[in-house]
Order: sequence, then structure tokens, then C-alpha cells
Amino acid sequence: MSKSSAAMPLPRNHVEVEPAEPVVEVRGIVKRYGTQVVALDGVSLAFRAGELTSLLGPSGCGKTTLLKIIAGLMQPTAGEVLVRGRIVAGPGPDRAFVFQDFALMPWATVLRNVAFGLELKGVARDQREETARRHIARVGLAGFEDRYPHQLSGGMRQRVGLARALAVDAEVLLMDEPFSAVDEQTRRKFQEDLLALCREERKTFIVVTHSIEEAVYLSDRIVLLSPRPGRVSEIVVPEIPRQGTPDEIRRDPVYIDTVEDIWRGLRRYVE
Amino acid sequence: MTVFGHRIPMMASLLLWALVWEVVGRLGLVLLFPPFTEVVAALFTVVPTQSFLDAAVITVVSFALGMALAIAVGVPLGALMGRFTAVDQFAGMWVNLFVSAPLSALVPVIMLLFGMGTATVVVTVFLFAVWIIALDTRAGIRHVPPSLVEMAHSFGATRWQTASRILLLAALPEILAGIRVGLIRGVKGVVVGQLLVSIIGFGALFELYSRNFLMAEFWALTLVLFAFALLLSGLVSRLEHRIAYYAGVRQS
Repeated sequence: MSKSSAAMPLPRNHVEVEPAEPVVEVRGIVKRYGTQVVALDGVSLAFRAGELTSLLGPSGCGKTTLLKIIAGLMQPTAGEVLVRGRIVAGPGPDRAFVFQDFALMPWATVLRNVAFGLELKGVARDQREETARRHIARVGLAGFEDRYPHQLSGGMRQRVGLARALAVDAEVLLMDEPFSAVDEQTRRKFQEDLLALCREERKTFIVVTHSIEEAVYLSDRIVLLSPRPGRVSEIVVPEIPRQGTPDEIRRDPVYIDTVEDIWRGLRRYVE
Repeated sequence: MTVFGHRIPMMASLLLWALVWEVVGRLGLVLLFPPFTEVVAALFTVVPTQSFLDAAVITVVSFALGMALAIAVGVPLGALMGRFTAVDQFAGMWVNLFVSAPLSALVPVIMLLFGMGTATVVVTVFLFAVWIIALDTRAGIRHVPPSLVEMAHSFGATRWQTASRILLLAALPEILAGIRVGLIRGVKGVVVGQLLVSIIGFGALFELYSRNFLMAEFWALTLVLFAFALLLSGLVSRLEHRIAYYAGVRQS
């Protein structure tokens, strides 16, 4: 495993030509609440296509705040967010968000929920429903199109949330603790599906998590944030063999060492 | 309801009260209460009369107009109050004042402003119903999960799209609860309004019956109004029941 604070490692499945510039870049992000609380203090990061980056840190480190600033849902006090080299000030079709609490509309069917992003864009009904069906099948929910969220389990609801984000075909997928509200078995299955998705699509994934194991298991790169004020304390690149089965990976010494290492780094913030 | 281990339908209590009423009426203790059977008989003589039908039409029309107005004003007012602190601070005090104020006292003033006609009754219905609708809508809008609004925002929803496709629908359970209570208050409003104006609709009939001591007819008319209020509230609560799962989902 290697550590660096500036260098960007090659993504797991880097192929052919690598674009010179990162897909998403944040520069000197500062977020203050009032005059006292500093949630983020000068965070600069770059995210590249095909790469899954985890934002990891104890509660209060501003990881969700950073994600929401990238999404354009929050305005930073200072600093800027660039997507493909262009400064963005709000949400855009280039980024899609997956919510911790799923944020599904309880009055709408799975189909309509998944198609909602396209509905807002004004895509014709037939077309958006066709796209939605494709993505519903893709996340393994074929046959559930006409169900309502309350008829689904937590894991299935989050799949709906993921399908909705995929349906708008954004380049960047922002996920805010996507697995924290689902049970452990579902979470593991979900993590594997996410890795598969990552291999299939050259999208930029930015995932907020508080689980060290999850971050190490999923990520090409882990950004460790320290709390109050939120700063990048370390960037970890887990060099884990990806060929094995999930069980083999979780028993791999490198995996275990990386988890331990990160825990040692984070420990002082918890105590 | 169960009594001594036997399941008894809810209607049974109504029957019991009807029986008590009948007995009290037959005893002739209180002049105001003719036997229940007489009241029911009066129902059949009163309802088909032209004066009843005219009164019913004018009552229903002024009720419907007042309610439509109350919903059209109450829901947007409540939504704005729920969404914008400035509106809430500006209007909140008044809405809270009016929701518990004895509005009947205002009817004579309304009469001065709107005359001795349907307009006064419509305004009375409106004033009785609008405040609770606004308050419940406000509560509903406040309870919309912030992540739903963020979700719409992140997918590029305009303000109008967020309001119409997320906020109003997410607050629908509370809005409907407000409308149901508003309807019941509205029925009160239509009666109070007509009684005070007392030359139109059921108000005129009530006036006529009580002045001539036609108590059976008087009570028959009351029964009709009760049934009307219960029916309306029942209809809305059925609608509420159909979307009851909203609220449950929201907790999770």
C-alpha cells in the first residue's frame, strides 16, 4: 500500500487514453457555519474517471458537507468546484446523487421514482420509462416496477435510488453513506454490485462512508478527513488484489493491514 | 366495541341513543324533545318540500363556494408559511389567533360588509375553515423530509417543480387532515352564517321551525345537517386512509 498527499494513483481499470484533466476537482473548499464552526478548511482534491474514491472520517469531519458541495446542494464559503474544468455553482446533469435515506417519493411507483430525473428534464414519457425499466432491471429489480417504496425492503429501496441516479446517465455518481441504512448482508451484496458497476462503467464515483472496511473494500483511493476543522489528513491507496472472491479479498493480509492502518490513524479523533 | 364478550357494531350506540331519545320523548318530560320516531317521520315530510330543497341547494352552494375558497387560500398560505420564515412570522400570529377565536362573533360584522345574503354565508364558511387548513398545511410542509427536496434540487428541479411535485404531494396527508377538519368547521360556519342572516337557506327554516315550535321538524333538519357533516368527513378520511402509508414511510 502506498500513501501520498498529492499524487493521483492510476485507477483500477485504467484503459487506453487517460484524459489529462480530472473529471471533478475541488479547490480550497472552506465551509463555515456562522463565525465559529469551521466544517471544512481548505480542502483540495481531484477525482478521475473510472475511479472510486471514498471520503472517510469520524462524524463531524465534514465528509457529507463536502459531497453536498460537490453536488451543488450546498454553497461553500470559499473555494470552487470544477467539473471537466468548468466551475459549477449548483446541481447539474453531470452529477447524480444517491441519498443516505434513499429520498424516494412514497406516492410514486418504482418506475416513476427511477424516471423522476428524466421527468424533470422533460424527457417524453415513453422514452423515460423505457430508460427507467432498463436501469431497474440492471440493479436487479425487474418485476418491481409498479411497486411502491413502502412495499420494498431497505436494500431494494436503495437500489431504486441507485437506478434513479444511473438513469440520468451522469458522469459523476455521488453517494452519501449509501449502505448505512441497510442490513449487513444486503450491504455486502450491494458493495459487490457497486464494484461490478464500477468495472462496467467509466464513471467517477465519490462515496461517503464511515466504515473503514467498506472504504478499503470498495475504493481505488480513500481520502481521510480529520474533524473540526475538516481537512484532508491522508490519502490512502489500498493495493488489494481484485481478482479474488469477496471472501478472499477480506482475508487478504493487505486488506487487513490497510484497515488496521487507517484505524490507527483515525483512532485519536475518536478517543 | 365489545360488551360482555359480544362484538357489537358501532351503529349499536346510535340505536341505543335513539331508544333513549324515544323513551324521553314518549314520557313528555321535556317539551323540546318529541319522540325520535316523530322526528324521523318529520324527516319524510320535511325533506320533499320545496322550501327544504331550495334551502338545501342554497346551503350546499354557499358551503361549496366557501370551502373552495378556503382550500384555495388556506393551502397556499400554509405552504408559504411552512416554507418561508418571513411569511410565517408575518401571518403566523393572525392564523393562530383566528383558528381559536370565536368567529361567530364576527358574523354581524361580515353581514355589515357583505349584506344579508349568500355572500355573508360564503365568507363565514371561509373564515371558519381556512385557518385550520393553513395551519395543517404549514405543519405538513414543515415535515417534508429535507432529503426529498434536495433530491429534486439535485436532479435539476425548478422551484415550481419542487413545490408542485414534491412539497405539496409530500404534505398531502396533513393537508387532507386540515381539509377534513376544515369541512366540519365549514358546516358549522354555514349553519351559523345562515342562522344569523336567518332569511336564507337552512337558517330561515330553523328560524321558522323554532319560532313555531315545530320541534320534530327542527330536529329532523339537525339530523340532516349532522349526516351531511359526517358524510363529508367520512369521504375525506377515506381519501386520507388511502394515502396513510405516506406518513409511515416518512418516519423510517
